[in-house]
Amino acid sequence: MANYSTNEFKQGLKIMQDGEPCVILENEMVKPGKGQAFSRVRIRKLLSGKVVEKTFKSGDSVEGADVVDVELAYLYADGEFWHFMNNETFEQIAADDAAVGDNKKWLVEQDVCTLTLWNGKPINVAPPNFVELEIVETDPGLKGDTAGTGGKPATLSTGAVVRVPLFVQIGEVIKVDTRSGEYVSRVK
Amino acid sequence: MTDVRWQPTASWNVLHNRADMLRRIRTFFAERDVLEVDTPLLSHAGVTDVHLQNVTAQLQGPGMPIPTTFYLQTSPEYAMKRLLAAGSGSIYQICKVVRDDEISVRHNPEFTMLEWYRPGFSDADLMAETDVLVRDILGCAEAEYVTYQDAFQRELNIDPLTSAGIAELKQRLLHDGYGSAIDESDSADTLLQLAMSMYVEPNIGQERPCFVTHFPASQAALAKLSTDDPRVSHRFELFYQGLELANGFWELTDAKQQRQRFEQDNRERKALGLQEQPVDERFLAALDAGIPECAGIAVGLDRLLMLRVGAQDISQVLSFPIERA
Repeated sequence: MANYSTNEFKQGLKIMQDGEPCVILENEMVKPGKGQAFSRVRIRKLLSGKVVEKTFKSGDSVEGADVVDVELAYLYADGEFWHFMNNETFEQIAADDAAVGDNKKWLVEQDVCTLTLWNGKPINVAPPNFVELEIVETDPGLKGDTAGTGGKPATLSTGAVVRVPLFVQIGEVIKVDTRSGEYVSRVK
Repeated sequence: MTDVRWQPTASWNVLHNRADMLRRIRTFFAERDVLEVDTPLLSHAGVTDVHLQNVTAQLQGPGMPIPTTFYLQTSPEYAMKRLLAAGSGSIYQICKVVRDDEISVRHNPEFTMLEWYRPGFSDADLMAETDVLVRDILGCAEAEYVTYQDAFQRELNIDPLTSAGIAELKQRLLHDGYGSAIDESDSADTLLQLAMSMYVEPNIGQERPCFVTHFPASQAALAKLSTDDPRVSHRFELFYQGLELANGFWELTDAKQQRQRFEQDNRERKALGLQEQPVDERFLAALDAGIPECAGIAVGLDRLLMLRVGAQDISQVLSFPIERA
Protein backbone atom coordinates (compact mmCIF):
# COMPACT_ATOMS: atom_id res chain seq x y z
CA MET A 1 0.00 0.00 0.00
CA ALA A 2 1.19 3.50 -0.80
CA ASN A 3 2.45 5.91 1.82
CA TYR A 4 0.90 9.34 2.10
CA SER A 5 2.77 12.49 3.06
CA THR A 6 1.00 14.93 5.37
CA ASN A 7 0.45 17.23 2.39
CA GLU A 8 -1.80 14.55 0.90
CA PHE A 9 -3.96 14.35 4.02
CA LYS A 10 -7.59 15.17 3.46
CA GLN A 11 -10.97 14.17 4.77
CA GLY A 12 -11.82 10.59 3.84
CA LEU A 13 -8.23 9.40 3.30
CA LYS A 14 -7.66 5.93 4.79
CA ILE A 15 -4.43 5.45 6.74
CA MET A 16 -2.98 2.85 9.12
CA GLN A 17 -2.51 3.85 12.76
CA ASP A 18 -1.84 1.61 15.76
CA GLY A 19 -2.21 -1.42 13.45
CA GLU A 20 -5.75 -0.44 12.55
CA PRO A 21 -7.22 1.10 9.39
CA CYS A 22 -8.51 4.62 10.05
CA VAL A 23 -10.28 7.34 8.12
CA ILE A 24 -9.25 11.00 8.39
CA LEU A 25 -12.11 13.20 9.60
CA GLU A 26 -10.27 16.52 9.92
CA ASN A 27 -6.79 17.74 9.12
CA GLU A 28 -5.16 20.94 10.33
CA MET A 29 -1.65 22.37 9.96
CA VAL A 30 -0.15 23.93 13.07
CA LYS A 31 3.02 25.96 12.69
CA PRO A 32 4.87 28.40 14.88
CA GLY A 33 6.18 31.20 12.64
CA LYS A 34 9.79 30.14 12.86
CA GLY A 35 9.27 26.57 14.00
CA GLN A 36 8.53 23.06 12.88
CA ALA A 37 5.11 22.58 11.24
CA PHE A 38 2.83 19.78 12.39
CA SER A 39 -0.25 18.12 10.95
CA ARG A 40 -2.95 17.51 13.47
CA VAL A 41 -5.62 15.05 12.37
CA ARG A 42 -8.80 13.66 13.84
CA ILE A 43 -9.25 10.06 12.73
CA ARG A 44 -11.86 7.36 13.23
CA LYS A 45 -10.52 3.87 13.75
CA LEU A 46 -12.51 1.65 11.45
CA LEU A 47 -12.40 -1.51 13.60
CA SER A 48 -13.15 -0.06 17.02
CA GLY A 49 -15.04 3.03 15.82
CA LYS A 50 -13.02 5.18 18.23
CA VAL A 51 -12.25 8.78 17.25
CA VAL A 52 -8.76 9.93 18.26
CA GLU A 53 -6.37 12.80 17.52
CA LYS A 54 -2.91 12.25 16.07
CA THR A 55 -0.10 14.69 15.35
CA PHE A 56 2.63 14.28 12.74
CA LYS A 57 5.54 16.41 11.63
CA SER A 58 4.69 18.08 8.34
CA GLY A 59 6.39 16.16 5.56
CA ASP A 60 6.30 12.83 7.39
CA SER A 61 4.73 9.88 5.62
CA VAL A 62 2.10 7.54 6.94
CA GLU A 63 1.18 4.10 5.62
CA GLY A 64 -2.05 4.06 3.64
CA ALA A 65 -4.78 1.53 4.45
CA ASP A 66 -6.18 -0.67 1.68
CA VAL A 67 -9.79 0.08 2.47
CA VAL A 68 -12.54 0.10 -0.16
CA ASP A 69 -16.32 0.16 -0.12
CA VAL A 70 -18.11 -2.33 -2.37
CA GLU A 71 -21.80 -2.86 -3.15
CA LEU A 72 -22.79 -6.50 -2.66
CA ALA A 73 -26.10 -8.36 -2.47
CA TYR A 74 -26.87 -10.25 0.73
CA LEU A 75 -27.43 -13.96 0.15
CA TYR A 76 -27.81 -15.91 3.40
CA ALA A 77 -26.37 -16.63 6.83
CA ASP A 78 -25.00 -20.02 7.79
CA GLY A 79 -24.91 -19.47 11.52
CA GLU A 80 -21.31 -18.31 11.54
CA PHE A 81 -20.91 -16.10 8.46
CA TRP A 82 -23.08 -13.80 6.42
CA HIS A 83 -22.62 -14.36 2.70
CA PHE A 84 -22.71 -11.64 0.04
CA MET A 85 -22.35 -11.70 -3.73
CA ASN A 86 -21.17 -9.27 -6.38
CA ASN A 87 -24.14 -9.17 -8.80
CA GLU A 88 -21.87 -8.60 -11.79
CA THR A 89 -19.00 -11.03 -11.21
CA PHE A 90 -20.97 -13.46 -8.99
CA GLU A 91 -17.96 -13.49 -6.72
CA GLN A 92 -18.96 -14.30 -3.13
CA ILE A 93 -17.58 -13.05 0.13
CA ALA A 94 -18.34 -13.93 3.76
CA ALA A 95 -18.51 -11.44 6.63
CA ASP A 96 -18.13 -12.46 10.25
CA ASP A 97 -20.09 -11.33 13.28
CA ALA A 98 -17.62 -8.54 14.11
CA ALA A 99 -18.11 -6.99 10.67
CA VAL A 100 -21.89 -7.36 10.57
CA GLY A 101 -22.47 -6.38 14.19
CA ASP A 102 -25.89 -4.95 15.05
CA ASN A 103 -26.71 -4.52 11.39
CA LYS A 104 -27.47 -8.22 11.08
CA LYS A 105 -31.06 -7.41 11.98
CA TRP A 106 -31.47 -5.33 8.81
CA LEU A 107 -30.14 -7.89 6.34
CA VAL A 108 -32.75 -8.86 3.76
CA GLU A 109 -31.96 -11.40 1.07
CA GLN A 110 -31.11 -9.79 -2.28
CA ASP A 111 -30.75 -6.33 -0.73
CA VAL A 112 -27.61 -4.54 -1.88
CA CYS A 113 -25.43 -3.60 1.10
CA THR A 114 -22.22 -1.55 1.34
CA LEU A 115 -19.32 -3.66 2.61
CA THR A 116 -16.11 -2.00 3.75
CA LEU A 117 -13.17 -4.25 2.89
CA TRP A 118 -9.72 -3.96 4.49
CA ASN A 119 -7.12 -5.96 2.59
CA GLY A 120 -10.08 -7.68 0.90
CA LYS A 121 -11.70 -8.70 4.20
CA PRO A 122 -15.04 -7.23 5.32
CA ILE A 123 -14.76 -5.01 8.40
CA ASN A 124 -18.15 -3.33 8.19
CA VAL A 125 -21.53 -4.05 6.60
CA ALA A 126 -23.95 -1.18 6.03
CA PRO A 127 -27.51 -2.13 5.03
CA PRO A 128 -29.54 0.01 2.60
CA ASN A 129 -31.11 3.09 4.23
CA PHE A 130 -34.54 1.51 3.91
CA VAL A 131 -35.46 -2.15 4.18
CA GLU A 132 -38.77 -4.00 3.96
CA LEU A 133 -39.47 -6.67 6.55
CA GLU A 134 -42.44 -8.76 7.66
CA ILE A 135 -43.94 -8.47 11.14
CA VAL A 136 -43.88 -11.85 12.86
CA GLU A 137 -45.12 -10.75 16.24
CA THR A 138 -47.03 -7.82 17.71
CA ASP A 139 -50.01 -7.25 20.01
CA PRO A 140 -53.35 -6.89 18.23
CA GLY A 141 -54.15 -3.20 17.98
CA LEU A 142 -56.93 -1.74 20.13
CA LYS A 143 -60.03 -0.93 18.16
CA GLY A 144 -61.03 2.72 18.15
CA ASP A 145 -57.53 4.06 18.76
CA THR A 146 -57.27 6.98 16.40
CA ALA A 147 -54.90 9.22 18.27
CA GLY A 148 -51.95 7.31 16.90
CA THR A 149 -49.88 8.01 19.95
CA GLY A 150 -47.24 5.72 21.28
CA GLY A 151 -47.63 2.78 19.00
CA LYS A 152 -46.49 -0.71 20.01
CA PRO A 153 -43.43 -2.89 19.60
CA ALA A 154 -43.35 -5.29 16.68
CA THR A 155 -40.84 -8.06 16.07
CA LEU A 156 -39.72 -8.44 12.46
CA SER A 157 -38.66 -11.60 10.62
CA THR A 158 -34.98 -10.85 11.27
CA GLY A 159 -35.51 -10.38 15.00
CA ALA A 160 -35.39 -6.57 14.86
CA VAL A 161 -37.90 -4.83 17.12
CA VAL A 162 -39.40 -1.49 16.00
CA ARG A 163 -42.28 0.64 17.21
CA VAL A 164 -45.22 0.56 14.81
CA PRO A 165 -48.66 2.23 14.81
CA LEU A 166 -51.40 0.26 16.57
CA PHE A 167 -53.24 -0.61 13.33
CA VAL A 168 -50.34 -2.54 11.83
CA GLN A 169 -50.74 -6.30 12.23
CA ILE A 170 -48.81 -9.58 12.14
CA GLY A 171 -48.06 -10.74 8.60
CA GLU A 172 -47.83 -7.24 7.17
CA VAL A 173 -44.62 -6.00 5.53
CA ILE A 174 -43.31 -2.64 6.68
CA LYS A 175 -40.63 -0.22 5.52
CA VAL A 176 -38.01 0.71 8.15
CA ASP A 177 -35.27 3.36 8.15
CA THR A 178 -32.15 1.39 9.18
CA ARG A 179 -30.26 4.54 10.26
CA SER A 180 -32.76 5.40 12.98
CA GLY A 181 -34.46 2.02 13.37
CA GLU A 182 -37.83 3.73 12.88
CA TYR A 183 -40.98 2.61 11.11
CA VAL A 184 -41.65 4.51 7.87
CA SER A 185 -44.76 2.97 6.31
CA ARG A 186 -46.70 -0.15 5.46
CA VAL A 187 -45.76 -1.81 2.17
CA LYS A 188 -48.77 -2.71 0.06
CA MET B 1 -17.57 25.90 -17.70
CA THR B 2 -17.75 29.02 -15.60
CA ASP B 3 -15.23 28.98 -12.76
CA VAL B 4 -17.30 29.95 -9.73
CA ARG B 5 -14.16 30.80 -7.78
CA TRP B 6 -13.79 34.24 -9.37
CA GLN B 7 -15.51 35.96 -6.44
CA PRO B 8 -13.71 37.33 -3.38
CA THR B 9 -13.96 35.38 -0.13
CA ALA B 10 -13.88 38.46 2.14
CA SER B 11 -17.02 40.56 2.58
CA TRP B 12 -16.99 44.24 1.60
CA ASN B 13 -17.36 45.07 5.25
CA VAL B 14 -14.08 43.29 5.99
CA LEU B 15 -12.29 44.81 3.00
CA HIS B 16 -13.32 48.30 4.17
CA ASN B 17 -12.07 47.34 7.62
CA ARG B 18 -8.73 46.29 6.11
CA ALA B 19 -8.40 49.66 4.38
CA ASP B 20 -9.20 51.44 7.67
CA MET B 21 -6.61 49.34 9.51
CA LEU B 22 -3.90 50.18 6.96
CA ARG B 23 -4.80 53.89 7.20
CA ARG B 24 -4.50 53.81 10.99
CA ILE B 25 -1.14 52.04 10.83
CA ARG B 26 0.24 54.62 8.41
CA THR B 27 -1.04 57.43 10.64
CA PHE B 28 0.53 55.76 13.68
CA PHE B 29 3.96 55.73 12.07
CA ALA B 30 3.62 59.18 10.47
CA GLU B 31 2.93 60.62 13.95
CA ARG B 32 6.14 58.99 15.19
CA ASP B 33 8.32 60.07 12.28
CA VAL B 34 8.94 56.53 11.13
CA LEU B 35 9.65 56.47 7.40
CA GLU B 36 7.66 54.19 5.11
CA VAL B 37 9.95 52.21 2.79
CA ASP B 38 9.42 49.77 -0.04
CA THR B 39 12.04 47.05 -0.61
CA PRO B 40 12.05 44.35 -3.32
CA LEU B 41 9.90 41.24 -3.19
CA LEU B 42 12.51 39.46 -5.34
CA SER B 43 15.99 38.96 -3.94
CA HIS B 44 19.12 37.23 -5.22
CA ALA B 45 19.25 35.23 -1.95
CA GLY B 46 16.65 33.70 0.31
CA VAL B 47 16.68 32.60 3.93
CA THR B 48 18.49 29.71 5.60
CA ASP B 49 15.84 29.32 8.36
CA VAL B 50 15.22 25.61 8.74
CA HIS B 51 11.45 26.03 8.97
CA LEU B 52 10.92 28.77 6.38
CA GLN B 53 10.80 27.72 2.73
CA ASN B 54 11.35 30.28 0.01
CA VAL B 55 9.36 30.33 -3.21
CA THR B 56 11.63 31.05 -6.17
CA ALA B 57 11.06 32.64 -9.54
CA GLN B 58 13.10 32.39 -12.74
CA LEU B 59 13.83 35.71 -14.42
CA GLN B 60 15.54 36.61 -17.67
CA GLY B 61 15.90 39.68 -19.83
CA PRO B 62 18.45 42.18 -21.06
CA GLY B 63 21.64 41.58 -19.10
CA MET B 64 20.23 38.28 -17.81
CA PRO B 65 20.39 35.98 -20.83
CA ILE B 66 20.14 32.78 -18.79
CA PRO B 67 17.13 32.27 -16.50
CA THR B 68 18.30 33.34 -13.05
CA THR B 69 16.79 32.24 -9.76
CA PHE B 70 15.33 34.92 -7.53
CA TYR B 71 13.84 34.35 -4.10
CA LEU B 72 10.50 35.82 -3.06
CA GLN B 73 11.05 37.31 0.38
CA THR B 74 9.71 35.50 3.46
CA SER B 75 10.07 38.85 5.24
CA PRO B 76 11.62 42.20 4.23
CA GLU B 77 14.11 41.93 7.09
CA TYR B 78 17.42 41.71 5.22
CA ALA B 79 16.62 44.54 2.82
CA MET B 80 15.34 46.77 5.63
CA LYS B 81 18.49 46.14 7.65
CA ARG B 82 20.52 47.17 4.62
CA LEU B 83 18.61 50.46 4.69
CA LEU B 84 19.37 50.81 8.41
CA ALA B 85 23.06 50.29 7.66
CA ALA B 86 22.81 52.96 4.98
CA GLY B 87 21.51 55.41 7.59
CA SER B 88 17.73 55.35 7.17
CA GLY B 89 16.81 55.83 10.82
CA SER B 90 13.43 54.40 11.94
CA ILE B 91 11.63 52.67 9.08
CA TYR B 92 8.49 50.63 8.49
CA GLN B 93 7.07 48.67 5.61
CA ILE B 94 3.75 47.06 4.71
CA CYS B 95 4.35 44.40 2.08
CA LYS B 96 3.53 40.98 0.74
CA VAL B 97 5.70 38.07 1.84
CA VAL B 98 5.63 34.51 0.54
CA ARG B 99 6.26 31.25 2.38
CA ASP B 100 6.00 27.86 0.76
CA ASP B 101 4.27 24.90 2.38
CA GLU B 102 2.04 26.96 4.69
CA ILE B 103 -1.69 26.59 4.11
CA SER B 104 -4.28 26.40 6.89
CA VAL B 105 -7.14 28.38 8.39
CA ARG B 106 -4.43 30.64 9.84
CA HIS B 107 -1.92 30.53 6.94
CA ASN B 108 -1.99 31.71 3.34
CA PRO B 109 1.27 31.18 1.38
CA GLU B 110 1.28 34.89 0.46
CA PHE B 111 0.34 37.30 3.22
CA THR B 112 0.71 40.89 4.34
CA MET B 113 3.43 41.82 6.78
CA LEU B 114 3.97 44.99 8.74
CA GLU B 115 7.60 45.23 9.74
CA TRP B 116 9.39 48.06 11.49
CA TYR B 117 12.78 48.91 12.97
CA ARG B 118 13.63 51.36 15.73
CA PRO B 119 17.26 52.40 16.21
CA GLY B 120 17.99 52.98 19.89
CA PHE B 121 15.07 50.83 21.07
CA SER B 122 15.48 47.72 23.22
CA ASP B 123 13.10 44.77 22.94
CA ALA B 124 11.21 46.17 25.95
CA ASP B 125 10.81 49.57 24.23
CA LEU B 126 9.55 47.98 21.04
CA MET B 127 7.07 45.72 22.84
CA ALA B 128 5.66 48.80 24.56
CA GLU B 129 5.26 50.57 21.21
CA THR B 130 3.70 47.47 19.62
CA ASP B 131 1.23 47.29 22.49
CA VAL B 132 0.08 50.85 21.77
CA LEU B 133 -0.40 50.06 18.08
CA VAL B 134 -2.28 46.81 18.76
CA ARG B 135 -4.57 48.55 21.23
CA ASP B 136 -5.22 51.27 18.67
CA ILE B 137 -6.12 48.68 15.99
CA LEU B 138 -8.05 46.18 18.13
CA GLY B 139 -9.34 48.32 20.98
CA CYS B 140 -8.16 45.61 23.39
CA ALA B 141 -6.70 45.72 26.91
CA GLU B 142 -3.05 46.43 27.65
CA ALA B 143 -0.76 43.48 26.94
CA GLU B 144 0.80 41.23 29.57
CA TYR B 145 4.33 39.86 29.52
CA VAL B 146 5.62 36.42 30.36
CA THR B 147 9.02 34.89 29.74
CA TYR B 148 9.23 31.73 27.63
CA GLN B 149 10.46 29.88 30.70
CA ASP B 150 7.57 31.09 32.90
CA ALA B 151 5.01 30.29 30.18
CA PHE B 152 6.17 26.66 30.13
CA GLN B 153 6.33 26.51 33.89
CA ARG B 154 2.81 27.92 34.14
CA GLU B 155 1.20 25.66 31.53
CA LEU B 156 3.24 22.48 31.98
CA ASN B 157 5.18 22.88 35.21
CA ILE B 158 8.31 22.14 33.16
CA ASP B 159 11.52 24.16 32.84
CA PRO B 160 12.24 24.47 29.10
CA LEU B 161 15.84 25.62 29.66
CA THR B 162 17.24 22.54 31.38
CA SER B 163 17.95 19.11 29.89
CA ALA B 164 16.01 17.54 32.77
CA GLY B 165 13.04 19.70 31.74
CA ILE B 166 13.33 18.58 28.12
CA ALA B 167 13.40 14.90 29.18
CA GLU B 168 10.31 15.54 31.31
CA LEU B 169 8.65 17.30 28.40
CA LYS B 170 9.29 14.34 26.11
CA GLN B 171 7.65 11.99 28.60
CA ARG B 172 4.69 14.31 28.88
CA LEU B 173 4.29 14.51 25.08
CA LEU B 174 4.47 10.71 24.77
CA HIS B 175 1.99 10.29 27.59
CA ASP B 176 -0.43 12.73 25.94
CA GLY B 177 -0.48 10.85 22.63
CA TYR B 178 2.01 12.88 20.59
CA GLY B 179 4.26 9.87 19.94
CA SER B 180 3.44 9.93 16.22
CA ALA B 181 5.01 13.41 15.99
CA ILE B 182 8.22 12.56 17.83
CA ASP B 183 11.42 10.79 16.75
CA GLU B 184 14.51 9.80 18.68
CA SER B 185 16.53 12.30 16.68
CA ASP B 186 14.35 15.28 17.58
CA SER B 187 16.17 18.31 18.95
CA ALA B 188 15.02 20.01 22.14
CA ASP B 189 13.72 22.85 19.94
CA THR B 190 11.45 20.54 17.95
CA LEU B 191 9.93 19.23 21.19
CA LEU B 192 9.59 22.77 22.53
CA GLN B 193 7.91 23.95 19.33
CA LEU B 194 5.42 21.07 19.50
CA ALA B 195 4.69 21.83 23.15
CA MET B 196 4.41 25.54 22.41
CA SER B 197 1.76 24.84 19.74
CA MET B 198 -0.18 22.26 21.74
CA TYR B 199 -0.07 23.49 25.35
CA VAL B 200 1.11 27.08 25.55
CA GLU B 201 -0.30 28.91 22.55
CA PRO B 202 -3.91 27.78 23.04
CA ASN B 203 -3.91 29.07 26.64
CA ILE B 204 -1.98 32.32 26.70
CA GLY B 205 -3.26 35.75 25.69
CA GLN B 206 -6.94 34.87 25.87
CA GLU B 207 -8.10 37.93 27.83
CA ARG B 208 -5.43 40.34 26.62
CA PRO B 209 -2.50 40.21 24.21
CA CYS B 210 0.51 38.41 25.67
CA PHE B 211 4.17 38.97 24.85
CA VAL B 212 6.28 35.86 25.34
CA THR B 213 9.81 37.11 25.90
CA HIS B 214 13.29 35.66 26.14
CA PHE B 215 13.03 32.74 23.71
CA PRO B 216 15.76 30.09 24.16
CA ALA B 217 19.15 30.98 22.68
CA SER B 218 18.81 28.01 20.30
CA GLN B 219 15.73 29.73 18.81
CA ALA B 220 17.21 33.23 18.81
CA ALA B 221 17.06 33.55 14.98
CA LEU B 222 18.27 37.15 14.45
CA ALA B 223 18.13 38.31 18.06
CA LYS B 224 20.92 39.16 20.47
CA LEU B 225 21.62 36.70 23.24
CA SER B 226 20.94 37.87 26.77
CA THR B 227 23.98 39.02 28.68
CA ASP B 228 22.27 38.16 32.01
CA ASP B 229 21.40 34.58 31.04
CA PRO B 230 23.15 33.15 27.98
CA ARG B 231 20.51 30.39 27.76
CA VAL B 232 18.00 32.91 26.45
CA SER B 233 17.79 35.58 23.76
CA HIS B 234 16.11 38.92 23.15
CA ARG B 235 13.56 37.34 20.82
CA PHE B 236 9.88 37.79 21.65
CA GLU B 237 6.52 36.91 20.16
CA LEU B 238 3.03 38.32 20.58
CA PHE B 239 -0.02 36.08 21.02
CA TYR B 240 -3.66 37.02 21.27
CA GLN B 241 -6.71 34.76 21.36
CA GLY B 242 -4.85 31.74 20.04
CA LEU B 243 -3.12 33.56 17.17
CA GLU B 244 0.61 34.18 16.87
CA LEU B 245 0.58 37.81 15.76
CA ALA B 246 4.16 39.04 15.78
CA ASN B 247 7.80 38.13 16.16
CA GLY B 248 10.44 40.62 17.23
CA PHE B 249 14.09 40.93 18.11
CA TRP B 250 16.48 43.19 19.85
CA GLU B 251 18.59 42.80 16.77
CA LEU B 252 21.84 40.97 16.47
CA THR B 253 24.24 43.45 14.86
CA ASP B 254 27.34 41.26 14.80
CA ALA B 255 28.02 40.04 11.24
CA LYS B 256 30.30 37.24 12.39
CA GLN B 257 27.73 35.76 14.77
CA GLN B 258 25.03 36.16 12.11
CA ARG B 259 27.11 34.21 9.60
CA GLN B 260 27.63 31.44 12.16
CA ARG B 261 23.88 31.19 12.70
CA PHE B 262 23.27 30.93 8.95
CA GLU B 263 25.88 28.18 8.75
CA GLN B 264 24.29 26.41 11.71
CA ASP B 265 20.88 26.61 9.91
CA ASN B 266 22.39 24.99 6.85
CA ARG B 267 23.93 22.21 8.95
CA GLU B 268 20.50 21.52 10.44
CA ARG B 269 18.94 21.65 6.98
CA LYS B 270 21.43 19.07 5.76
CA ALA B 271 20.74 16.82 8.76
CA LEU B 272 17.00 16.99 8.06
CA GLY B 273 17.43 16.26 4.35
CA LEU B 274 16.43 19.80 3.33
CA GLN B 275 18.22 21.76 0.65
CA GLU B 276 20.97 24.04 1.97
CA GLN B 277 20.42 27.69 1.07
CA PRO B 278 22.89 30.30 -0.12
CA VAL B 279 23.43 33.00 2.51
CA ASP B 280 22.55 36.59 1.67
CA GLU B 281 26.02 38.12 1.31
CA ARG B 282 24.65 41.63 0.73
CA PHE B 283 22.85 41.48 4.06
CA LEU B 284 25.97 40.21 5.84
CA ALA B 285 28.05 42.92 4.16
CA ALA B 286 25.60 45.52 5.50
CA LEU B 287 25.92 44.10 9.03
CA ASP B 288 29.66 44.11 8.62
CA ALA B 289 29.58 47.75 7.53
CA GLY B 290 27.61 48.39 10.70
CA ILE B 291 23.96 48.83 11.58
CA PRO B 292 22.75 50.84 14.56
CA GLU B 293 21.68 49.09 17.75
CA CYS B 294 17.97 48.60 17.13
CA ALA B 295 14.90 46.50 17.73
CA GLY B 296 12.60 45.23 14.98
CA ILE B 297 9.29 43.43 14.72
CA ALA B 298 7.10 41.79 12.08
CA VAL B 299 3.32 41.67 12.50
CA GLY B 300 1.02 39.48 10.40
CA LEU B 301 -1.63 41.96 9.30
CA ASP B 302 -4.10 39.39 7.98
CA ARG B 303 -4.21 37.78 11.43
CA LEU B 304 -4.51 41.18 13.09
CA LEU B 305 -7.49 41.82 10.82
CA MET B 306 -8.94 38.39 11.71
CA LEU B 307 -9.03 39.51 15.34
CA ARG B 308 -10.36 42.94 14.41
CA VAL B 309 -13.39 41.50 12.58
CA GLY B 310 -13.75 38.24 14.54
CA ALA B 311 -12.86 35.93 11.61
CA GLN B 312 -12.08 32.25 12.25
CA ASP B 313 -10.53 31.58 8.85
CA ILE B 314 -7.90 33.69 7.13
CA SER B 315 -9.83 33.45 3.84
CA GLN B 316 -12.50 35.64 5.44
CA VAL B 317 -10.06 38.57 5.48
CA LEU B 318 -8.38 38.03 2.08
CA SER B 319 -9.91 39.11 -1.20
CA PHE B 320 -8.54 36.02 -2.92
CA PRO B 321 -6.86 33.30 -0.84
CA ILE B 322 -4.53 30.84 -2.60
CA GLU B 323 -7.42 28.58 -3.68
CA ARG B 324 -8.78 31.49 -5.69
CA ALA B 325 -5.56 33.29 -6.57
